[in-house]
Parts: sequence; structure tokens; C-alpha cells
Amino acid sequence: MSLEEYKGVFIFAQQVDNELSGIALELLGKAKSLAEDLDEKKVTAVLLGSGVKGLVDKLAEYGADRVIVVDDPELKDYRTEPYTHALASVIKEYKPEILLVGATAIGRDLGPRVSSRVHTGLTADCTSLDIGDFPLEAREGVEQKHKQLLMTRPAFGGNTIATIACPDFRPQMATVRPGVMQKIDPIKGAKAEVVEFNPGFTANDCYTEIVKIVKETSAVADIQAAKILVSGGRGVGSPENFKILEELAEVLHGTVSCSRAVVDSGWKPKDLQVGQTGKTVRPALYFAIGISGAIQHVAGMEESDIIIAINKDENAPIFDVADYGIVGDLNKVVPALTKRLKEELAAKE
Amino acid sequence: MKVVVCIKQVPDTKGGVKFKPDGTLDRGAMLAIMNPDDKAGLEAALRLKDQYGAEVTVLTMGLPKADAVLREALAMGADKAILVTDRVLGGADTWATSSTIAGALRNLEYDLIITGRQAIDGDTAQVGPQISEHLGIPVISYAEEIKVDEAAKTVEVKRQFEDRYHIVKAKLPCLITALSELNEPRYMTPGGIFDAFEKEVTVWGRADLKDVDDSNLGLKGSPTQIAKASDKVKKGQGEKVAPDSPEEAVDYIVGKLKEKHIV
Repeated sequence: MSLEEYKGVFIFAQQVDNELSGIALELLGKAKSLAEDLDEKKVTAVLLGSGVKGLVDKLAEYGADRVIVVDDPELKDYRTEPYTHALASVIKEYKPEILLVGATAIGRDLGPRVSSRVHTGLTADCTSLDIGDFPLEAREGVEQKHKQLLMTRPAFGGNTIATIACPDFRPQMATVRPGVMQKIDPIKGAKAEVVEFNPGFTANDCYTEIVKIVKETSAVADIQAAKILVSGGRGVGSPENFKILEELAEVLHGTVSCSRAVVDSGWKPKDLQVGQTGKTVRPALYFAIGISGAIQHVAGMEESDIIIAINKDENAPIFDVADYGIVGDLNKVVPALTKRLKEELAAKE
Repeated sequence: MKVVVCIKQVPDTKGGVKFKPDGTLDRGAMLAIMNPDDKAGLEAALRLKDQYGAEVTVLTMGLPKADAVLREALAMGADKAILVTDRVLGGADTWATSSTIAGALRNLEYDLIITGRQAIDGDTAQVGPQISEHLGIPVISYAEEIKVDEAAKTVEVKRQFEDRYHIVKAKLPCLITALSELNEPRYMTPGGIFDAFEKEVTVWGRADLKDVDDSNLGLKGSPTQIAKASDKVKKGQGEKVAPDSPEEAVDYIVGKLKEKHIV
């Protein structure tokens, strides 16, 4: 493999039901900033699906300079084999230096299968990506390579953090946690170069059949999109008592989320869970109410702009990450806060 | 029907993470357990044994002490156990790990391979799909339900996504990655525990791996390399107050929210 042949930052532009997933736009934002530090500054989105060409302009507005479209009926709904074949074929043909994939239920299946097919490394669930030297420090007798992708990820339930490189194989592949990278402000009217490519699809024993698709359109809020999260833990005491959090969230136009303990107790659905095994969130304001602050929870919310913790246990670890900590009884403080905020907002109008 | 379940011994992060005085993780002090998703995968295989008389083999790659999780699996009801261990296999990333396990699996007959979705130490979820690619068989990740049609040689899986599930049908042999949500794993039985220590665990080394080049094994065969690893540094602590009354607490919070222009 001649590494120099591999150029440019590519992202897998995930779509579901012909709608781009948020992660596709987040990856474009990151790809753009990575490309600034590389010789090849063009960012390419790889769009796979059936009848998806209409999504090209949106990708351009969010930073794609070029979109490679593989449009084929075999790619209508996600199936591992045809998607792997399509993405691996794009890699072989267009030779990206870097390929970013969302760490979603699709990307975490597609990424490893593709990386195995093209024989390269893949770093899972990255939370930070940079361009730099590998090894980080120059060492005698070891060639230091420049402009490498340095991929940082938490492991061990969020207790450790590792930075990983892939110096001898291309593309350098990473899956990236949704909700971590920032989209750019869309550039209205931006256009991308569109390349249509089809490697041809021949069904084999690896092709699976989708018997049924069941959408679980539970009325569950998207906690990763929320600007304000009012999050509750075991300390809330009961599923009924989440009402006081919901009232606070309503006044602030926020959303209720929760810790793993709450999901494990069956009080709230898994979709609302913040943490290493739940979702990573970075809202402008995060209320941690009755949440002790286990490391696995903190891993999912510590990037929030402002963290306010309310807990009766003054030694709760959540106070170590909170910007503002209040030692007190949530059953008294939360309703009083809701009442006051209502009054404040009423006075404004 | 033959089912192989790939399992991993992991430090128990749920049962309290231990730190050394210097603030780094004390892995040695943590309990070593069977990875939870793998255990759900094993339970799924044991149900196929109950239902169809499937033969269940468990396979792990690790240090010699990983023998413990194989014994646990035997005590739960697995029929055979294989430990893949060799110094040259150490330091493997997911590519080299999956190449190793695929090399071991090529020695076995199987209709179904089950792995856990991900291990709680690495959290990568990569090894299962990578094994399937090395073996050239279909993969269905994130399985919540597994139904085998033995006559038709197919499997139907409820495959989870964020906002939906697919019922996916694949031809056997197939690899499935199991979610903990799949089932509630059974306990070891006293008789099973007794028998487990009588049973033989097959031990394989590098020489027993089939069709794998040295360049794909261990640290040297790992495309990814660690640039830096550290235990997580905690964010600087903010303010903490203990107000005398809820009103005082509210004054404090509302004051901060105004200061930050949120209200």
C-alpha cells in the first residue's frame, strides 16, 4: 500500500428513510477542520442509498466539497453486505486518507466490516480527533510520521482515555460518537461536485433479507438535540416524582433525561439515558438532579456548557464536575425553582 | 446444529472501579467477570441447546487465567471450551484479535457464531463484525431476539437500531452479536460447577490457528497503535453551596442563570 496515494477526508453520510442523520452533518463539520491541517483540503461525503440524490445540496451546505453518490435499489434500507460492498468499493476507487463514520447502530456495524475488507485500522467511538505527529514525541530509531489522524476515545466505562493512531495503513478510519462534533452554520446555496459511482451489486450468501421494519416512534424526545436538559437520577425516588423535573423542563423549554439507574429501574426509557452506555450530550445547561455522578454518567455529560447539580449528599461525586452545586432536598428546591422561574418569566411579558 | 460463542474475560467496571494511590486504574484489584453481552450470547446459545439439542462450544482469547470464564460457561451448560492463548497474540487491536479468533474458528464446524455486541473494557463493538468478514459469512449485529429455522438453515433476528428494529433473515452459517437485552442469563448449577472442573478445556496457541499470517497477529499485526493512554483527568471543580432554605437555593440558581443570560 502506497500511503501517499491516499488523499482527502471522507465521511460516511448516513441517511435513514432518505433523510440525513444528524451525525452526517457533525462529521462534515469535523472533517472540514481536520482538512485545514492537511495538504488536501477537499472534504468528500459518501452517500449511499436508493433515490438519495436530493440530499446532495444539504451536504454541500454543511461543508462537503464533493459528494460521491452510490444510488442503487439494493441500498434502500441498511443491510451490512451491500453497504459494505459500496463503501469498500468507494475506498478502493477514490483512496481517502481519512474516513469518518458515525458510531451509530449502522456505523458500528458497517465500520468494522469495511475496515476488515480493506485491511486497515478502525478506532471506535471517538470523542476527539486531531492531526498531529506519531509518535507524539520524536524518539531515536523510530520514524516520526507527521499529519497523522490522532483519535481519542474513552474506554473502560469512561475511566480511561486513549489516543490512537493508524500510521501504516490507509484510510485512517474512526467511528465518532454522535453529539460530540459540531456542525458548521450551513452555507446557503453552496454546491458540491457530484460524482455518481456504482460498483455493481450481486447478491451472495452474505446478503440478508429484511422481513419487516418496525419504527418505534415512541414520543421520546431527542436528548442530544436539547439545549437544556433536566436530568434525574435514582435520588428522584420514583417514576411519579419525575413530574417535578418535567415541570421545571417545561418552564425552561428543556427536555427531561436521566441516569442509568433510572433506566435500570424501569422508570424511564433507554432513549433518555445519558452516559457511557447511553447518549453523550452537550447542552447549554444541564441540571443533574438526584444523580450521584458515577463516572459512566459523567462521561456522557461533562462537556455541557453549564452543569448545575442538586443533591442531598454533599459528598456526591457529581459536585466534582458541576459548575454550581446545591446541597439540598430536590423535593423542595426543584418545585420552588419552577415556581420562581414561572414568576420571573410572567413578569417579563 | 453447532453453535460457537465467543466470550471475553473483562474487569468488572460496574462493581466499583478501583484506583491506585497515584490515581491510575488498579486493574488487578478489580473482579474479572464474563463480559455481560457475551453472557447473553451464551444464554441464547444454551436456549438453542434446550430447544434443538444444539452443541455449544465457548471460545475465548486471553491470558491463561481466562480459563475461569470458560469454566463458568461450562457450568452454565456449554459442552466444549477452547482457550486461545499465546504470547505472540498479546497487544492485539480489534483487527488482530478478530484475525486470531477467525483463525481458531476455521478449525471448527459451526452453523451459528454468537459474540457479545461489545466488551465493557474496550467498548468497541468491532470484533464480532470483523470476525464475520474474515470468515466471509453474514453478520447481524445488535440482536434482541434470535429464531433459528433448522430445516431451512436460516436465522431470523430482531436487530435493534436507534428508532426502530428490523427483522432480518440470514442464511446459516451466520454471526450474530448479542445485546444484554436479549435475555436473562441462567445461573450455574451446583452439579454444573462440579462437572465444569472435571471437563477439559482445549488450549490452542499460535500454531493451531488456521490460515492466518503472522503479519495479522498480536501487537505487530495491529494497524492501530496507542499514541497515549491515561486515566481520565477530572474537570476542575466549580462552586458548591449548602443553602439553609429552598428559597435561598432558588435565589442562588436563578442568580447564576441570569448571570449566564439563560433567563
